[in-house]
Amino acid sequence: MMILAGCSNSQSSSNEEKDGSSDSKKPVELLNVSYDPTRELYQEFNEDFIAYWKEETGQDVTIQQSHGGSGKQGRAVIDGLEADVVTLALAYDIDEIAQARQLLNEDWETEFEDNSTPYTSTIVFLVRKGNPKGIKDWNDLTKKGVSVITPNPKTSGGARWNYLAAWAYAKQQYNGDEAKIKAFMKDLYGNVEVLDSGARGSTTTFVERGIGDVLIAWENEAYLSLNELGKDEFEIVTPSLSILAEPPVAVVDKIVDKKGTREVAEAYLKHLYTEKGQEIAAKNYYRPRSEAVLEKYKNQFPSLDLVTVKDFGGWKKAQETHFNDGGTFDEIYQPK
Amino acid sequence: MLPVRKKKRRNIIPGFGLSLGYTMLYVSILVLLPLSMVFINTTTMNWSEFIETITGERVVASYKLSFGTALAAGILNVIFGTIIAWVLVRYDFPGKRIVDGLVDLPFALPTAVAGIALTTLYAPQGWVGQFFNFKIAFTPLGIIIALTFIGLPFVVRTVQPVLQNFNGEVEEASASLGANRLQTFIKVILPELIPAILTGFSLAFARALGEYGSVVFIAGNMPMKTEITPLIIMTKLEQYDYAGATAIATVMLVVSFLLLFIINMIQWVTNRKFLHS
Repeated sequence: MMILAGCSNSQSSSNEEKDGSSDSKKPVELLNVSYDPTRELYQEFNEDFIAYWKEETGQDVTIQQSHGGSGKQGRAVIDGLEADVVTLALAYDIDEIAQARQLLNEDWETEFEDNSTPYTSTIVFLVRKGNPKGIKDWNDLTKKGVSVITPNPKTSGGARWNYLAAWAYAKQQYNGDEAKIKAFMKDLYGNVEVLDSGARGSTTTFVERGIGDVLIAWENEAYLSLNELGKDEFEIVTPSLSILAEPPVAVVDKIVDKKGTREVAEAYLKHLYTEKGQEIAAKNYYRPRSEAVLEKYKNQFPSLDLVTVKDFGGWKKAQETHFNDGGTFDEIYQPK
Repeated sequence: MLPVRKKKRRNIIPGFGLSLGYTMLYVSILVLLPLSMVFINTTTMNWSEFIETITGERVVASYKLSFGTALAAGILNVIFGTIIAWVLVRYDFPGKRIVDGLVDLPFALPTAVAGIALTTLYAPQGWVGQFFNFKIAFTPLGIIIALTFIGLPFVVRTVQPVLQNFNGEVEEASASLGANRLQTFIKVILPELIPAILTGFSLAFARALGEYGSVVFIAGNMPMKTEITPLIIMTKLEQYDYAGATAIATVMLVVSFLLLFIINMIQWVTNRKFLHS
């Protein structure tokens, strides 16, 4: 299912001086520019990495975190926020950073394993306790009288995953008949009462305000809602088919070379792939890449059919086809 | 608008040149420079792209919504802001200082907090929303409520000082000449207040136009129905379409400037009329 990209770290860092660890004992600071739902994950991960790095090299490292909407964070880096590493929601956002300012190589996805995505997530449904509307799969969301909550794909990265997952389901149902897929999407989005500007906003609308019968959400957000706001109020429904959300990570080459933090920045992202890093990801409800860790948490992550964004021709194409002005999402809302 | 004089008259107060120079520099750096960036960014698109961007169906729908709700909020603030100012100036009651302090709170509150609080109140299952059989949050009505909330202090704070300095003798005179309260208010007091009310209105209106933080929560952001123009600008930025975003911002700026200019013109005219009558 996944094509493993070879780990080819050599091309960018070969000309680096390799004596970095011996004389760089003075404290170093990393800035990790991330997106909203990873806040808890990186809090825990940073603590672990700081201890690990101290033990490995004797060097003190402090890690600054910055969180916000993924697109907004990407723009901040383009506009000059000096991030050593970026850990964003979409490859598209990192692609833009690569293109707009050439801050990193365009083939950054090949830097680390699994397309530089150490953890994944998918799109699931959160429904009210007892599932009163009997929601089991995507087609239930198009029924009359079902109120759906999802953010606006124009402003939210998470909402784009939701949209593509629904589209992938319709594509499978109607054997790729474009007209029928669009009709399906129109029905689904016709049931949406509120299009919040971000994923957390939608969660608030559904959970706190009690609006809607079903929230389309990241699996990790759904678990957070469940555990923080009450297991006795909500249930998670895993649909038959969804999309593999791959939030990528990358070292921002130009900036680490300028600051001289390449070594620690690369180690930081590599640490996400270790058993310990994978465990922390799983604990924070992100699906780990490691088979062993996934096995351990298999009750938390039911298996389902997953398409990837590659099935949509990659983010660039998906963005153009569906979410840019005049794309399919705009079409759905064309007043007839 | 000073008429050009042939002979240069010496100004009695010295330092005009220096202070004017400082003012111009300050305004340029603080206001004109960022604004010019908006225009410069827009010039990266050609004319036909520009027109196409600013006349898109959803964009036009958002203009109507943004200007309409900002206007409605401005008018509401004029009516109730004037009443609040009146009560605060003319009457004494326990807790008056507290009420006076409360008026400024919408300025201090982060807009997102205001948005979330208002949405919680006016959502269909909310504390207030549940008593209505029509939707308030996620409709233009909800947007008007949010914009009224954030613009409240403007009118109150502009009208208050004028009322405080208002000469009571004029009122007494009008009463002794046989005018009733309403006539006194309309013919004597209101004309004095109009410039201040207009200033308050234009501030509240301008503030409401650019408001994003509190509105996105209560608007519902439904395409063609409740998408405000600042949200459309955000959607352009999400597509890394800087030029498109600034093009729409340019339209907002130009229209706002024209509206504020017209309001100022009205003020000059009314000022002259009342001061020279």
